[in-house]
Amino acid sequence: MSDLEAFRAEVRSWLEENCPPEVRGPIESENDMIWGGRKATFKTPAHKLWMERMGSRGWTAPEWPAEYGGGGLSRAEAKVLSSELRRIKAQPALNSFGIWMLGPALLAFGTEEQKKHFLPQIVRGEIRWCQGYSEPGSGSDLASLQTRAEDPSPDNGGDHWIVNGQKIWTSYADKADWIFCLVRTDPTNKHRGISFVLFDMETPGVSTRPITLISGKSPFCETFFDNVRVEKANLVGELNRGWDVAKYLLAHERTMIGAMGEGMGRPLGEVARDSIGTDEQGHLDDPMLRARIAEWELDGAAFRLAMDSAVDRMKAGQAHPALASVLKYYGSELNKRRFELLMSAGGYDALEWEGERSHDGDTARNWLRTKANSIEGGTTEVQLNIIAKHLLNLPGA
Amino acid sequence: MPLILTEEQVMLKDAVHGFLSENAPIKHLRQLRDSRDADGVSRDLWRAFGEMGFAGVIIGEEHGGSGLGAVEAGVIAESLGRTLTPSPFLGSSVLSATVLKEVGNTDQQFWLSKIAAGEAIVSLAVDEGPKHAPHKSTTRYERSGNGFKLDGAKAMVLDGHIADSLIVAAQGDDGLSLFLINPKTVGVKVERTVMVDAHNAARITLSNVEVDADALLGEVGGGQAALDKALSLGRAVTAASLNGAGDQAFHITVEYLKTRQQFGKLIGEFQALQHRAAHLYTELELTKAATLGALQAVDEGKGGADLSTSIAKAKAGRVAELAVQEGVQMHGGVGMTDEFDIGLFMKRVRVLNETLGDSHYHLNRLATARGY
Repeated sequence: MSDLEAFRAEVRSWLEENCPPEVRGPIESENDMIWGGRKATFKTPAHKLWMERMGSRGWTAPEWPAEYGGGGLSRAEAKVLSSELRRIKAQPALNSFGIWMLGPALLAFGTEEQKKHFLPQIVRGEIRWCQGYSEPGSGSDLASLQTRAEDPSPDNGGDHWIVNGQKIWTSYADKADWIFCLVRTDPTNKHRGISFVLFDMETPGVSTRPITLISGKSPFCETFFDNVRVEKANLVGELNRGWDVAKYLLAHERTMIGAMGEGMGRPLGEVARDSIGTDEQGHLDDPMLRARIAEWELDGAAFRLAMDSAVDRMKAGQAHPALASVLKYYGSELNKRRFELLMSAGGYDALEWEGERSHDGDTARNWLRTKANSIEGGTTEVQLNIIAKHLLNLPGA
Repeated sequence: MPLILTEEQVMLKDAVHGFLSENAPIKHLRQLRDSRDADGVSRDLWRAFGEMGFAGVIIGEEHGGSGLGAVEAGVIAESLGRTLTPSPFLGSSVLSATVLKEVGNTDQQFWLSKIAAGEAIVSLAVDEGPKHAPHKSTTRYERSGNGFKLDGAKAMVLDGHIADSLIVAAQGDDGLSLFLINPKTVGVKVERTVMVDAHNAARITLSNVEVDADALLGEVGGGQAALDKALSLGRAVTAASLNGAGDQAFHITVEYLKTRQQFGKLIGEFQALQHRAAHLYTELELTKAATLGALQAVDEGKGGADLSTSIAKAKAGRVAELAVQEGVQMHGGVGMTDEFDIGLFMKRVRVLNETLGDSHYHLNRLATARGY
């Protein structure tokens, strides 16, 4: 038996024993999602147990080094783990901006103390993070951000800053424990006047206000900072070089948003078949929809392979950083297309906004939510600009 | 297996690309076309392909081949797509070689060594109507005397007009059978089809063609599995050619955007064109991954390999089509001229798209396989 096969056998038996039945099967509503944090709520005690068990093995962040609480797995082992998780339809043990975004940035830019302190908490789901990037006046032009961090001591040699300003589109800020945040530390330099800092959302002066979206839900907040004290020890990377950290992290965010197009939920063809029915040949009773679903599945299959290939190339050091924009662009458009098709397949049923039958309008609300995919984390148009400039070297891009 | 080429595969890629750039660049296609060459391919080039080990890429070393796999065949086909080189590679080295490997007896496998050496062209005759439809074959065989008698008509037989031997798929009471036939046999009529891309195929009619029992490949009625295997690999390899052609057309176009000036600017400065180019780049990334994924799946003998090849062929066809359409449009007026190469890519992609099933064929296959 090869090492990988032995590892697969070990994973399989561990999961058999440790993955509770309550967390197997498709995600049906937001209540199923495990986010962790100080204010965590769990659908059932089994959901909490699942997070804790996976966290203690480091398998919520399988490829992070074991010394920081991660799984310490190789790429090949991580693929085995995820295929075994898929096999038993296990739901994610932890959804976390800490794992998807902050962690990779800390691994690349953090001090040893920061990594030792923050990473294990992230892996175990103890601290829930939110991201303070966009501001009301700084959307696509993110580097124009105005939230100020000022050193109150006149010689600029104090141990903390005072932060004032406002962030917007802060995902789940009202549920998060800590924030990773871009602040202006030099007003005279646009890109090289930004720093990347971490602070507790319970620090006096921090307040949040949820924004109601077209889906009727409020996953985003406005976040206000009014004389918030931030320790200088929580600066990640160099002073005034936070844009480098931000760009690095955005690449991870983009890959994550891109990944939303794959794998989630039941296959489209199956949903449509149950809703619309089939003809005597077993083909969907709507040939035009059938064709469009097949086109989507074609692109979805190719996209999954492109994601795999991108990760393999990153590991082999052959990937251009702007590849993240390729995946973000395509993946978010793909997810939007998926929900357009789900709405079409659902017909009248998908129009329901309230009621138990539709889980309070799950399909319709999720459909509307996906419209943000090509806006958040850099719009589709910004991604295309990045591809034109960095991958195609087109003039003036 | 990681979705990247191994070091050896990258070396092969460089070798093929170097060889074709030197010996058969697009100028080579133009010469064959403009001189109305009777063969439409260069036999010398085919022999050199044999000497380099390319013609026998998937053929075992015992027959003088290189004994490599689908990924390597794809690497060669991609290069052929970039240089638009007319070559018996797909028909002989991929399709016919697969059939001969699967069901050829010792005598019949003599042709494998001839293919590997670049000394013979063996064509597979499957399609009959205007579209790829291997399940709709009406060419019939029946037992006759000591052997068989065949009747029917085949179309889009790659390199059929210069084939040294033909592999013909025919239906009979026992099911689908494959026959290895000398094209000079009485009753075989071969008509060259001069195609839009100046590559090579023929129409072949079979009228009361009598063949001996030893013409049969494998068992009577037992040809389906070998044919399916050849078609599956052929589709993945054709997807690789489409990738090569599409990617090269894209490359030429992006270079043009960086040199052509209008309104006092390089046209590549216009965001309307930048975004379309960026979209195309993204689509090509997906296509490359889908194609390599399919070729690897074939090599690994995975259960879903056949469906992967349909996915690769459909995706590559659509994206290469977009690449050549955008290519001609972004070139503007000169894109319509025969002098510029971009139009040659458009023609080649159209032909490769039809070959072994267009995207509609493979999308339908995907939907059926997924049960809707």
